[in-house]
Amino acid sequence: MMNEPILQMKNLEIDFKTYAGTVKAVRKVSFDVFEGETLAIVGESGSGKSVTNQAIMKLLPQPPAIYAGGEILFGGSNILEKSEKQMERIRGNEISMIFQDPMTSLNPTMKIGKQITEVMLKHKKISSGDAKKRALELMDLVGIPNPKKRLNQYPHEFSGGMRQRVVIAIALAADPRLLIADEPTTALDVTIQAQILEVMKDVQKNSRTSIIFITHDLGVVANVADRVAVMYAGEIVEIGSVDDIFYNPQHPYTWGLLGSMPDMNADKKEELRTIPGSPPNLVDPPRGDAFAARNPRAMKIDFEKSPPMFEAGKDHYAKTWRLHPAAPKTEVPEIIRNRYMQYNGGDQ
Amino acid sequence: MAEPILTVKNLQKHFGAKNNPLKAVDDISFHVMPGETLGLVGESGCGKSTTGRTIINLYDKTGGEVEFDGRNNDRLSRKEQKQFHQKLQMIFQDPYASLNPRMTVFEILEEGYDIHKLYKKKKERRERIYGLLESVGLNREHANRYPHEFSGGQRQRIGIARALSFDPKLIIADEPISALDVSIQAQVVNMMKNIQKERGLAYLFIAHDLSMVKYISDRIAVMYKGKIMEIGDAADLYERPVHPYTKSLLSAVPQPDPHSEKDRRRISYDADMHEYTEDEELELRDFGNNHLVYCSKKEYDSWKA
Repeated sequence: MMNEPILQMKNLEIDFKTYAGTVKAVRKVSFDVFEGETLAIVGESGSGKSVTNQAIMKLLPQPPAIYAGGEILFGGSNILEKSEKQMERIRGNEISMIFQDPMTSLNPTMKIGKQITEVMLKHKKISSGDAKKRALELMDLVGIPNPKKRLNQYPHEFSGGMRQRVVIAIALAADPRLLIADEPTTALDVTIQAQILEVMKDVQKNSRTSIIFITHDLGVVANVADRVAVMYAGEIVEIGSVDDIFYNPQHPYTWGLLGSMPDMNADKKEELRTIPGSPPNLVDPPRGDAFAARNPRAMKIDFEKSPPMFEAGKDHYAKTWRLHPAAPKTEVPEIIRNRYMQYNGGDQ
Repeated sequence: MAEPILTVKNLQKHFGAKNNPLKAVDDISFHVMPGETLGLVGESGCGKSTTGRTIINLYDKTGGEVEFDGRNNDRLSRKEQKQFHQKLQMIFQDPYASLNPRMTVFEILEEGYDIHKLYKKKKERRERIYGLLESVGLNREHANRYPHEFSGGQRQRIGIARALSFDPKLIIADEPISALDVSIQAQVVNMMKNIQKERGLAYLFIAHDLSMVKYISDRIAVMYKGKIMEIGDAADLYERPVHPYTKSLLSAVPQPDPHSEKDRRRISYDADMHEYTEDEELELRDFGNNHLVYCSKKEYDSWKA
């Protein structure tokens, strides 16, 4: 599956100037996105996951945002060096985005058909007749019944789930190489969410589009992702295949996330495991491991020096000192040991 | 067996024109026992929040009866009404919108005591409010701050402290954790469970997150289009759902387990599948073990088998 990455993010740093000081929202984030894969990015609010991805589209207003360092290579050139005019050729064409709220991401005064064809007419050499034909195909692809009639309707005539399908159709209209989906199902009911996830997986199978899927719902991640990056306090703390992250997690923060979510078989008598405290203030990020203050198993070095990414397995990395060869063996919580047991095809 | 703390009988709440009303709550009945948690789940628009709001009189009901703590809600003296408003409390979904931004935490918690003319001595009131803050994991230094100085999870704690201020017997919690991050959700849920254990209060827990509802609830009611489709013990309902809607809802919940996700089959539900005829009587029928399912006699016979 692994071939050339279509997108390479290298040491991206983004700051925000605020009255309270400079917030270091994204702190040296690096990852690759390969053709045809889905990379899920998980993390809590404020972890920097949305900001990182808005940078790929260069959507952050400057000021307050400052691209403080790093590069985002797409098709061999650095997005951060492109002019606004060059970006217009990329946005919606080579990279497109789906937002969380289908209620606000469509234009309420424009017919659905026009909103879908607009993208194609702007970016492709295509007649309006062909664009319309393609729009009908796309609506069919994302599972909107009766597309001929729906084409001439306005957003308010669509339900939330149907609107999100329209948004996906628009995002796919110009055959993008990369689709960034920022919490695309969070505002939807579970049954509708399940349908939308199926649509996205089908689309990907047919088009080989790469997807970056941003979410905080680990159930959704388990459903859609090939690889997962876990973000905390503006950094990627662990990245690996979906199996690595769910069955062989190495970073204590990943443990905390997996532990605090009850699965359907959770024992009710047991308390949910919580992560104590709250994330650090990124105006003045901690010197050591950003998670150390909330980690009951933190070592002395965790407070003093920020750990590098350690290799935990093939294509599996975690930013924690416990993977240092000289580190003492840390005790793994039971709930995570149970997950290790489900992990076939690898040692601990 | 003890008496239920809350009994809802044939509750109806209609919106809009009389001749063509939207039946948001359409003739539902259930009860909540003292100290238990009843989860009320369903998709947006199914009427679960309207049910909670109608019970606590935020909406005037269209029909039916609500009996709280042994007294019928329609026949309360003024004094009993006051009692009702103290002992039945609510926690709201949005911790940002449900606290007055211009009041300090102390003022927010004090407001109810002013209205009900309780704890009038300054010192007594202060101790009472500090005690409330401590019971939700905050401390007395927080009392003089304003809501914007708190995170979402802390604000929800303030909302819970406010709901606890009159030692309620039942709290209606309308999506109390939906707006919070996963790790914070767990903190709030654990705290709600501990408070319940200490004080023996009951919750009507309204939510759409089915894994969390299963974890916190003793019993669960599933709503669809204003009606209760199925109600039963939490484990029983999750392991042996009977109604096709419940099955469909459960099959749609993604689990944090990639292996099981790979083979998950979603069951879809279409209300037309029942093919009810005009003369069939639809009601909640008992499948044993307090597990009730909304169905026709014919369905009852075939599902029961």
